[in-house]
Amino acid sequence: MRAYHLVIVIAILLTAAGCSRRKPPVAQPVPPPAAAPPATAAAPPPPPVRVEEALPVPAEPVGEDSIGGRSLDELNRNSPFKPVFFDLDSAELDDPGRAIVGGNAELLKKYSAWVITVEGHADERGTAEYNLALGERRAVAVKTYLISLGVAPDRVRTVSYGKEFPFDPGHNEAAWSKNRRAHFVITSK
Amino acid sequence: MKNLRPGSLKASGYLAIIPVVLSVFAIVAAAPAVAVGAFRMARSVVSGDLQVSGASSQAGGGFQASGQTPDQQPPAPAPQQPSEVAVVISGDPGTPPRYAIPDFVALNPEAAEAAKTVAQVLWDDFTFEREFYLIPRDTYASIPVARSPDQIAFSAWNELGADAVLFGTVRKTGDMVRVEIRLFNVRTRQPVFGKEYTGTDSNPRLYAHTIADEIHQQQRALRGVARTKLAFSSDRNRERVAGSVENRDVKEIYISDYDGANSRRITTNRQLNLTPVWAPDARSIAYTSYRRGYPDLFIAMIYQGLQQEPTKGGTQNWLPMFSPDGTRIVFTSSREGNPELYIINRDGSGLRRLTNHPAIDTSPTWSPTGTQIAFTSDRAGQPQIYIVGADGLNLRRLTTAESYADRPTWSPAPFNEIAFAARTGPGYDIKIYDLATGMTRQITFGEGSNESPAYAPNGRHLAFTSTRTGRTNIFTIGRDGRGVRQVTRDGNNFTPSWSN
Repeated sequence: MRAYHLVIVIAILLTAAGCSRRKPPVAQPVPPPAAAPPATAAAPPPPPVRVEEALPVPAEPVGEDSIGGRSLDELNRNSPFKPVFFDLDSAELDDPGRAIVGGNAELLKKYSAWVITVEGHADERGTAEYNLALGERRAVAVKTYLISLGVAPDRVRTVSYGKEFPFDPGHNEAAWSKNRRAHFVITSK
Repeated sequence: MKNLRPGSLKASGYLAIIPVVLSVFAIVAAAPAVAVGAFRMARSVVSGDLQVSGASSQAGGGFQASGQTPDQQPPAPAPQQPSEVAVVISGDPGTPPRYAIPDFVALNPEAAEAAKTVAQVLWDDFTFEREFYLIPRDTYASIPVARSPDQIAFSAWNELGADAVLFGTVRKTGDMVRVEIRLFNVRTRQPVFGKEYTGTDSNPRLYAHTIADEIHQQQRALRGVARTKLAFSSDRNRERVAGSVENRDVKEIYISDYDGANSRRITTNRQLNLTPVWAPDARSIAYTSYRRGYPDLFIAMIYQGLQQEPTKGGTQNWLPMFSPDGTRIVFTSSREGNPELYIINRDGSGLRRLTNHPAIDTSPTWSPTGTQIAFTSDRAGQPQIYIVGADGLNLRRLTTAESYADRPTWSPAPFNEIAFAARTGPGYDIKIYDLATGMTRQITFGEGSNESPAYAPNGRHLAFTSTRTGRTNIFTIGRDGRGVRQVTRDGNNFTPSWSN
């Protein structure tokens, strides 16, 4: 019986966490009590009072699995991985780029089941054909560095999209600098 | 020459008959690469009209007239030749012959629309090759349209300065169309070309294209391109890539007539499909597809609905290009970690690596003989055009004055030049490198960004992409930089290839 309650409580908590995570800007300001979210899910049940009690057992996993528990699409929509940006016509990782890849490598070590694809992208200023190769070089540069940091090669695939899928459709440096990137996508977990 | 009285169509022996069998292919549902509707032409009879077609070959100028085989030539040709040179209609010295193309006669009311289409498309086809001066239609609005050949007002045409006048009729019976065409020499009042075409009414444009190609061949010894097709990549169906959380538009492979009409979708996999290239037989298209999540080569056999995978998956391969004999494919691959050029037989055998350099090597194109390959490399810092033997030897750099050059495309014979996209500002323009002189000329000049040149099979035109109208679209242009035509108008369209 107790275990049954626990499951319900955790489930509610998880849903609540999921809800509040998805729409933080809109949902936050309205309700004064921080523990209010369950009310939106289901009004009547009093058990939520025992939340504090129940938590200790699965505390760490639940907290951490705000990442690990999400679906692939959810993860990729709000990715824990940071993209790496490149200079014009360059596939070389600079120091900030290495730092970002390093952080991403730590994540990969933490979630050792994850398999990722590194997408190489280019801005619109190169030609369509050449950019396919440039994007590939960018993706490979990131993969090579990930491997040097201890990530298993078979967990990292590369794909180049050249200038086919710009992240910012603009035609200025602000857009271009966003589009010269290596983009991380989790493909299985 | 036999007595060629116009007007007795059925009886006269000079009318060559070409039945044009138009059959629309059913879509083969099971095939991953969808079969497209297409037309197949079956020539059952081609008799040498006027029995003097051999004489026209010499006068055509330019190319060798390979298509004009005087089959069924009577055994005693010599005595006939001198008097029959009038088969080729010439203009005043140094000027193109002046053609009048009056409305085609609809022999029954149902044929009116087809008659209009055939005449208009024929006009456009002639305009495209620029071999004839087409007398503006409004200048002969007062000359009555002849209902039969014996009504042709030759003196009026002569007064107008026409060297040639075309007479065409269209009859529609059920869903069948019969188009008759005769080309008259205005001075001699003799027909120099006469043919009849029959087939379905599903694509009247094809009659015009066929007539244009045959008249170009007979009159100018020119291999026209009116029946050729373009393949390209397009986002026009506005679907989103499946399986991605990003909003990404798919690109599928399409084909169309050389003038943009009759476009048809070839791929339906809702992923990126890029850089289609025609096989020399114009029945297959190799392209780059991301349908497996990474770029790989596929060949769509478009009239059979079959698909081939020469590289058999598993590694990154892109930008295929058929060898001139169609047996081999050169492409870019990073299978060994870095973008390099590889050659593989169409059946997937005989893979070998062509380049070996830590820089990027990509965008390969074959020479017309199949012995050399031009490509792009950034081994000198920026992308430049290089040439290497198909055996991997004798590598040399071609472009030296460009800041950025890509997508070399080798012209077919008789020209020996390589077109490419060169950075000329914020965008690109099409330039052409002449291999005989080492000189480069520019054919587009900053109207939008212009990329991805591809030659027409007769070498006189190029297709390319341009952003000059806002979106990215396919255009064609003469190799002299004249005669720009917009080919696509729907969505964004990329990387054209021109069929044989």
